[in-house]
Amino acid sequence: MIRLRVNGETRLHKGEPFKRLIDVLREDFHLTGTKEGCGEGECGACTVLVDREPVNSCLIPVCQVAGRRIETVESLGKPDSLNVLQDAFLSEGGTQCGICTPGFLMTAWAYVRQGGRDDETSIRKALAGNLCRCTGYQQIVSSVIKAVRERNRLKGSRRRHRRKKAK
Amino acid sequence: MRGDPSTMEVLRPKAAREAVRLLARHPEAIPLAGGTDFMVSWNAGQRNGKTILDLSSIKEWARIRSVKDGLRIGTLVNHWQLQNHATVQREFPLLVDACATIGGVQIQIRGTLGGNIANASPAGDTFPPLAVYQALVHTVSPGGGRTISFADIFTGVKKTSLGPSELIESIEIPVLPSRPRRQMFWKVGTRAASAISKTVAAGLLWVKKDGSVRELRFALGSMAPTVRRLRHVEAFIVGKKPAGKVLDQACALLEKDVAPIDDIRSTAAYRLEVSKGLLRSFLDPSYRG
Amino acid sequence: MLAVGVSSRRKEGPEKLCGVAKYIDDYHLPGCLFGVTLRSSIPHGTIKNIRFDPKFPWDDCVIARAADIPGQNYVDLIEHDQPLLAEERILHAMEPILLIGHPVRATAYQALEHIEVDYQESEPVLSMEDSIALRQVLYRSDNVFKRILIEKGDTGAGMAKSDFIVEGEYRVPYQEQAYIENNGVAAWEEDDGTLVIMGSMQCPYYVHKAMKPLFPRREEKIRIIQTTTGGGFGGKEEYPNMIAGHAALLAIKSGRQVKMIYDRHEDMLATTKRHPARIRHRTGVRRDGTLFAQEIEIVMDGGAYVTLSPVVLSRGAIHASGPYQCPNVRILAKSMATNNPPSGAFRGFGAPQTLFAAELHMEKIAATLGIDSLALRRRNLFRQGSVTATGQVLRESVGASEVLERAVQRAKYVERRKECKQWNRRKDRTSWRGVGLSVVFHGAGFTGAGEVHLASRAGLSLTREGEIRVEAASTEIGQGTSSMLAQIVAETLGVPYQWIQIDTPDTARVPNSGPTVASRTCMVVGSLLQRAALRLKTAVAELQGTFPHTRAGLRTAARKLANGKPAVSFIEEYRQPDEIQWDEEKYKGDAYGVYSYAAMVVELEINKLTHEVRIRRLTTAQDIGKAINPVLVEGQIMGGTAQALGYALLENVIFQNGVMQNAQFTNYIIPTTLDTPPMSVELVEKPYSRGPFGAKGVGELPFDVPAPAVAAAVFHATGLFIPELPLLPERISRAKRDQTAR
Repeated sequence: MIRLRVNGETRLHKGEPFKRLIDVLREDFHLTGTKEGCGEGECGACTVLVDREPVNSCLIPVCQVAGRRIETVESLGKPDSLNVLQDAFLSEGGTQCGICTPGFLMTAWAYVRQGGRDDETSIRKALAGNLCRCTGYQQIVSSVIKAVRERNRLKGSRRRHRRKKAK
Repeated sequence: MRGDPSTMEVLRPKAAREAVRLLARHPEAIPLAGGTDFMVSWNAGQRNGKTILDLSSIKEWARIRSVKDGLRIGTLVNHWQLQNHATVQREFPLLVDACATIGGVQIQIRGTLGGNIANASPAGDTFPPLAVYQALVHTVSPGGGRTISFADIFTGVKKTSLGPSELIESIEIPVLPSRPRRQMFWKVGTRAASAISKTVAAGLLWVKKDGSVRELRFALGSMAPTVRRLRHVEAFIVGKKPAGKVLDQACALLEKDVAPIDDIRSTAAYRLEVSKGLLRSFLDPSYRG
Repeated sequence: MLAVGVSSRRKEGPEKLCGVAKYIDDYHLPGCLFGVTLRSSIPHGTIKNIRFDPKFPWDDCVIARAADIPGQNYVDLIEHDQPLLAEERILHAMEPILLIGHPVRATAYQALEHIEVDYQESEPVLSMEDSIALRQVLYRSDNVFKRILIEKGDTGAGMAKSDFIVEGEYRVPYQEQAYIENNGVAAWEEDDGTLVIMGSMQCPYYVHKAMKPLFPRREEKIRIIQTTTGGGFGGKEEYPNMIAGHAALLAIKSGRQVKMIYDRHEDMLATTKRHPARIRHRTGVRRDGTLFAQEIEIVMDGGAYVTLSPVVLSRGAIHASGPYQCPNVRILAKSMATNNPPSGAFRGFGAPQTLFAAELHMEKIAATLGIDSLALRRRNLFRQGSVTATGQVLRESVGASEVLERAVQRAKYVERRKECKQWNRRKDRTSWRGVGLSVVFHGAGFTGAGEVHLASRAGLSLTREGEIRVEAASTEIGQGTSSMLAQIVAETLGVPYQWIQIDTPDTARVPNSGPTVASRTCMVVGSLLQRAALRLKTAVAELQGTFPHTRAGLRTAARKLANGKPAVSFIEEYRQPDEIQWDEEKYKGDAYGVYSYAAMVVELEINKLTHEVRIRRLTTAQDIGKAINPVLVEGQIMGGTAQALGYALLENVIFQNGVMQNAQFTNYIIPTTLDTPPMSVELVEKPYSRGPFGAKGVGELPFDVPAPAVAAAVFHATGLFIPELPLLPERISRAKRDQTAR
């Protein structure tokens, strides 16, 4: 029995210890947002966060992430309440066919959350392990830039609000 | 996805001693670290029915420790940890450069230094830096541990000198005796990121006051079944000024230590031409091809 | 305008962003079988024997062979030469032989390892040249799938009157579509005998048509449903006919639901790729650079079966002379049969191949004559009123010179060319720098009478609850179909974009609006929807005066219109504009209703030691008539550009004995974020009177323009004229060595 924390909930995997994390998520937990594109660790479509860091779930047997915190695309938002990154992808054209999108969102979310900068070079480097065939990447990069700036703006205004309240 | 998890047996030691014991009892078991190599062939259906020795829970093997005159890197330290470690950045910058070119972030976070060495790919990006830093590989086994010099760890394509029940426990890198005049890491991959190398080079150069070479260490990967130090070039160039005919001869000697091939990524001719260019420009930074 | 020209948010975007949108493998089909395919390991020969390992538990497997096909064993396309499953004859490696279904995915694959096939091998024909030389006769008597001749004027006389004749030979390779979602379908038979197929595809009605001869039944008893599709680019235009047939056969044989999802390796090995081509140019020019005679010879490798080779050849041939005026043109094109896997549709569909040659040849002409490359383009470029190689008069919407001038100006082309020359003069630079230019055109819609044959139908339904639905089989595959069609309808009706829904491309629900290919969806299907929307608007107006501004108002009007029925439909059928005249026999006339135009300037640098190419800057201007949704249109341009940069610099399909050797992403190299430059995109709008709000086509155009610009820039940077793709460092290296040797 392997215990995992998935999107904030404790989940139990009672099946094979060598079942891949991606298959446990998709088949056992019915979280089909994470996609498989290559099975080699090249395309990054299967990216999830393990302890806040992006990894290729198609290359991880579930026994190796026992007790760890897993986050998938389903944790970011819902269609009628997208988070700041998803909203940016929507307004900037960062998603076309959408199959690479969950993987990009998770890699980008880790980057944004860790305080990644809003410059093109850093973002392209951070996303170099995710392949997209539709967009040519530019609108994905713009989406992440927008999300970083929007998040910083929101953090700044929350701080100002708290200071105001304290006064 | 052709792997069948129901056919796999998984052994999960929590400590090093347990790992050694289990491997002794199950010599057919395949040690698994980050899985970035193994899982690709598993996904292709090539590893069904195997016994896996999952090392990932052995916490003591995931640490980086300073030791006398060097750094001791646990076998399970991943490439992301490595490149972000302050001492590694200060003392072994070529290793930092190499770690940053291995696949994307997702692969760097999972791939381990020890796992990569045990996998012994001819194209391992960290191997040229480890070769010029003259790293040491510490192992454990039922009969006790030993230390293998990096020059002796690889015996062929995907083959190491490790015994059947021997595991890599850590990699020790001695601090350089003095700051080199010049150092370089260069990877020529199949594209700008997340690529397997066509040729990958690391070099360290110490120069005397009169401009002649005190010591050269230069290593190439993807140019032979294993990473190669350019022993002939290194021996030849000591005491000489790296210019003119000396450079011509040095580049010609490069061929003695490598055996590049044509494969699906590149050609022997290109690999040789680029490697010579990299060597030459390292010895003579004004070289432009 | 309120809806058109606005970068509305992608209709299905939120679901995709939340991981809620379901692609075919996301559907949980309890109790289903997983289907796999046994494929030939040899490129040419016959099957002598198939041996099943007796130790394998075959009882748990369902096995389907050609003999199990209730109807006829062929995959419907232009010809009926391609079997669904090989019976005896093998014409290419990876040809499907039999199918296995098993409840456990991994076991299904293992079953394949327990089958041995004994072949009698024949010598394979693996190149166009060997096919032309008739090393083996594979198809009819001469191995020619299709031959096309386009003639205008008198090239013999034209050459005689020219001051210079410039020749060149150009070669372009296979290219893999590399959509990130592999091919996949699910199939089953309902209790009432309806064959249902769901899956990743571009053309549900193509699949519908292909199932009939295989599994004979009435049309209403075949139902094809497109699921959210993770990229197509042509790779899911015709191939789904094959995989759907396979899944359906297993489903019918087993009586179970069957899922068939390829992994990356199989998808790359077994599915279609872009046609490789060899293109020869012989061009007569006047001293001042005026083109006077063009003789062009095109050969394409169609692979083992006809598939879409004739149409790819057609588009390639029609575009082969480039967007230039020339009074005398002769284009001879042929598509050859070989024992390579069948080639197929990929964005551009023949035009990227021939336009690469045409554009790079202009560079050669310029260099030979000592004329500036930009001046040469300007002298010959299409204008309104120009006549094409097929004798078509370009009556309207000709943005050729506008896109050229815009791209050149924004990229500061002339200045940059000078800067690069200065840069390259200095021996201490670590790289060479170059700037290259290209201009292209791309016809929108099906060639000639193609749209007439398609007889597309599409429209709107208004439910009695007041929902407006787009009824069309045109698929959303990432390019923005759903959003774009909704915007056209919203604008026409004068209602918010949010009010318009898109019905699922399900053949049981929507009419056949034709395939989602050929840059036709906006221009052709969008026009149908515009007409349908006008009829809906009129119907409501007749009922109550004005079109309602509120949802409540719309509900009221809808209930009245529906008059007791669940919905009322307004379906339109394609009518070819009278002015389009095409002669299929002579290949003369209006090949397409209209063309889109694009120009690009590429700045790059080449490392002197490694010969790796890095694109520094990329500037493009593209005339697409009207950008219904600017962000989506820019997305198409940038995405197509990235794919073409891969074609130009990175993507190399390596074959050995007819089998692809690098059939995975590790070794088939597509661009990453670090391989693609920032792109400066300018949209030019020269409206087309027959397009919705002036829109033409945009899907494929962006793919045609980058590769020749890159080759031109490499030429400018190094003096190396390399008429072949991809421009790998190894190729540049070898060319440099040859140049130094000479």
